[in-house]
Amino acid sequence: MAVLLGVLCGLCLVIALFAVRLLAVLRSGPRCRPGAKGSVSVLAVAGSGGHTTEILRLMESLSASYSPRHYVIADTDHMSEDKICTLEAAKNTSDLQKNFTIHHIPRSREVRQAWSSSVLSTANALLYSVPLVFRLRPDMVLCNGPGTCVPLCVAALFLGLLGLKKVLIVYVESICRVETLSLSGKILYYLSDYFFVQWSTLKDKYPGSIYMGRIV
Amino acid sequence: FGDYDDCVRYRGNDEIRRAHRGCDVTRGRSELPQCSDAVPTLCLKALLSRGYKQLVLQVGRGSLLPGPDSCPGMRVHSFRFKDSIAADIRGADLVISHAGAGSCLETLGAGRPLLVVVNDRLMDNHQLELARQLHADSHLLYCTCSTLTETLKTMDLSVLEPFSPGQPENFATFMDQALGIH
Repeated sequence: MAVLLGVLCGLCLVIALFAVRLLAVLRSGPRCRPGAKGSVSVLAVAGSGGHTTEILRLMESLSASYSPRHYVIADTDHMSEDKICTLEAAKNTSDLQKNFTIHHIPRSREVRQAWSSSVLSTANALLYSVPLVFRLRPDMVLCNGPGTCVPLCVAALFLGLLGLKKVLIVYVESICRVETLSLSGKILYYLSDYFFVQWSTLKDKYPGSIYMGRIV
Repeated sequence: FGDYDDCVRYRGNDEIRRAHRGCDVTRGRSELPQCSDAVPTLCLKALLSRGYKQLVLQVGRGSLLPGPDSCPGMRVHSFRFKDSIAADIRGADLVISHAGAGSCLETLGAGRPLLVVVNDRLMDNHQLELARQLHADSHLLYCTCSTLTETLKTMDLSVLEPFSPGQPENFATFMDQALGIH
């Protein structure tokens, strides 16, 4: 009986410590300024179709200081890789050294996949995301809503939770989202450091978001 | 409406068509199987009645791949995929597309009249939000599979307003300041 009580107390303590640590990591965003060292490494999550188009428009706008650039795409997505290579070729005209990489992870959820199996496939994606993010250690993760981004952002949070590195999570909700957030957006609204929306209706609903009109 | 040579693209399952006094139909990655074989014929007739003479169809993975003579009076050119349909969009007098962000932005960015057909079988039909907002701002016309034919018959393209592109440079400036990049 006492043992059980002891275990429960221990568990509560662990959960409490975890919660405190998580809050500390989530609140440390504004103080984190990786640009001071001269360059910011980016992990960009390319989803499919429209998601890729949008993320690439954002990546295109970023200066050469954002380097190296690591693109992560779902392994069933073939179109995104071509688009990324085209963009990087255009960006890299003067630089001989290739400073971008492309990585593949399992897709968290296919379009129209049932919710129940989505949990399993997301967990599977997490198993790939954690080693990848731990290896790349980017300064920031940039994403815009495909299911692929949630495991990657969670992995980035782990890096911070373990005290290894604070990784900034920058989320730009898709231009498709006018009145409601995507599922990824609803989750990452509470976990990201910079959360952008592109329509004023969403700014009203999510006051913690950043609104500066259409940015893609 | 005059005598124009146009290309129409029809992307199979997804009700995406683009019309160049013609339609250019582009299809997204997802399937839209509820549109029956009969619908394209009715749509082609509607297009003909509005003066469109050529159709360029991007069929994607769809089962239908109409031949050049599949509709009398309408020159049909169909294909499955292309690396880029930018040139086709530029040459179109009307673009019919699914409501995917990429297709919409590409077409509106090229300044072409756009009719979007929404896929109401996606898990949560967020595509409709964008189409509805852009429609409310008079940048495009929109419909569903079932209302496509009727829309083609009655649409008025003169009400469309020009679409100004988004400004990713604002995002870049913000991030530079936030991250301490000089």
